[in-house]
Amino acid sequence: MSLAPPPIHNQTIDIHEVLAGRRLPRWGVPSAAAAAVVVAVLLNALGIYGGVAQTTIATILLFVVGQTIWSFVIEGRRHAMDRLATTTIYATFLLALVPLLWILFTVVQRGISVLSADFFSSSMRNVSPRRPGGGIWHALIGTIEQVLMATLIAVPIGLLVAIYLVEFGRGRLATFVSFFVDVMTGVPSIVAGLFIYTGLILALGMERSGFAASLALVLLMLPVVVRTAEEMLKLVPTDLREAAYALGVPKWITILRIVVPTALSGIITGVMLAVARVAGETAPLLLTTFLTQGVNWDLFNGPQAALPTFIWDQISSGTTASVDRAWGGAFVLILFVALLYIGARLLARVFAPKAR
Amino acid sequence: MKQQTLPTNDDPVGIRGASVRRGDRVFIGLARGAGIFVLCLMGAIGAFLTWQAIPALQANSANFFTTETWFPDASPPVFGIAAIAFGTIVTATLAMCLAVPIGIGIALFIAHYASRRIASGLAFIVDLLAAVPSIIFGLWGLQSLMPRMGGIGRWLNDYFGWIPLFANPQQVYTKSILVAGVVLAIMIIPTISAVSREVFLQVPAGHVEAALALGATRWEMVRTAVFPFGRAGMISAAMLGLGRALGETIAVALVLSAVFDINWHITEPGGSTFAANIALKWNEAGTVGLSALVASGLVLFVITLVVNMIARLIVARRKEYSGANS
Repeated sequence: MSLAPPPIHNQTIDIHEVLAGRRLPRWGVPSAAAAAVVVAVLLNALGIYGGVAQTTIATILLFVVGQTIWSFVIEGRRHAMDRLATTTIYATFLLALVPLLWILFTVVQRGISVLSADFFSSSMRNVSPRRPGGGIWHALIGTIEQVLMATLIAVPIGLLVAIYLVEFGRGRLATFVSFFVDVMTGVPSIVAGLFIYTGLILALGMERSGFAASLALVLLMLPVVVRTAEEMLKLVPTDLREAAYALGVPKWITILRIVVPTALSGIITGVMLAVARVAGETAPLLLTTFLTQGVNWDLFNGPQAALPTFIWDQISSGTTASVDRAWGGAFVLILFVALLYIGARLLARVFAPKAR
Repeated sequence: MKQQTLPTNDDPVGIRGASVRRGDRVFIGLARGAGIFVLCLMGAIGAFLTWQAIPALQANSANFFTTETWFPDASPPVFGIAAIAFGTIVTATLAMCLAVPIGIGIALFIAHYASRRIASGLAFIVDLLAAVPSIIFGLWGLQSLMPRMGGIGRWLNDYFGWIPLFANPQQVYTKSILVAGVVLAIMIIPTISAVSREVFLQVPAGHVEAALALGATRWEMVRTAVFPFGRAGMISAAMLGLGRALGETIAVALVLSAVFDINWHITEPGGSTFAANIALKWNEAGTVGLSALVASGLVLFVITLVVNMIARLIVARRKEYSGANS
């Protein structure tokens, strides 16, 4: 744009306007938003459309269009584009909050009406799908046992792989392992279930059991554990290792006594996130265990229920009472996952490495 | 890929002695063994699925890739993956169309628009969406979302019905590919936004500041500095999301009616996907039926493997020449 003509005496000149061009006033954005709301509500009242959702969408559209046109007239094309992009980017974030809040709200609202002490302490044995009652006791036992077993297997292996990648891994093998750990993150959970079914149940003649389900969960946990443990081990300062070497400590003792304990809180965080990820897995359990309505403490023999398969079973029954139970199960499951998630987050914050 | 950033701690010089070396050797062996175990595991998945898929594929009296029916336990067995391949690809494509722009928008918001202080908190909120188990997405999709999607389907039919994709001759709007696509989109948004966020945060501050110093608006800065640097990262983020959408089982099994045919009307009930088909048919399948499901699982495994490998290769190549930012 051309610069303004030189100032004539006693006429005040806005130096900012000379340098940056004309801009919308400070009250521009709020007033555009307010105008959009007013027009949208007015259109709603006139009966062009009806409903809260439609009015909200209309408000956003009116705001985006109105602001962009106004900005285009006053500020020019470049700033109009900028405002359009900024609004759109803010809107995408708000849009992502909609399903999250909607899901959380629905699960809490529908779930809490089912919850009672009985819901936790009774199984579904001898409970008709049509009648209210029954509970998740058998499913809770199954989920806790299966996830615990999966964790016991996946964490040592995952930690060893991470140690290999960080402390020893050089050359082609390490590159390969690192790459396939990443690829493994993307293996669909149903494929993990199919693998355990074909590899252990068909090939080795294992029974379908809670343990088979645990092994399928191991497959899903492993890459998550490796990745987070690897990140944490990398944060351990090299000085610590070198100090140990200088004192004559063998490398493996250095790793087990110095490196791993230093990174421990981060590793535990990663493990908790991995547990949260697999606790809600349904598909692999459907392929590797049989459903049951009763309590089974034995992980290795017989059918065993779990929370996700309990919810699946209750949805499949399709009666009002069973769908209510499904929501109750969903509430407990989401509570379980959220506690792990928030716990992991707090742990990470409290014990964060003081490096930065 | 990972190594060049690491300090090279070679075997400590001067530490010798039988006991020390034995301990180290055992430990290195264990660690390397665990690494090799992971590689073997991936190989074993492919091997066992192939092994169990062969009987059904040999017994199949129809073309496995072009048949649109699924009767593996009939005699002779007739089944093929054409219909579920169609359902899988269409739902995943729909999910990508919705989730990629939104996911990248969220990543931009967190990396370059939101104030530094709250950015990590906002990122956590989006990550929470990834923590919701898929069975809950399915339950919510079935009970809460689907009844409200009917209006959108009807609106699409009324105003865009002249496009065959949006037409709905049956006038039934439940359990459609559209609903499944929306649920999948919500499920993969956190994946896409998390990966592209990481890349956007790595954009060299020099590039960003140079663009702003030359008078670029923030959007121009994003277009000239952030997007060129983050293009590979965005592509791989989208592909990781695609991998997740292709393999999602339970949520799709709940919101999609398992009609086994190819239906281009995406607002009508119908369609199934590889993963959902396996979960739904598993308990009623006979010997050949199970083997046929394993065969379809093998196809799914290969597809997701290829998608994920391409995505990871793009990211890995990116890392090699992104030294500019350090």
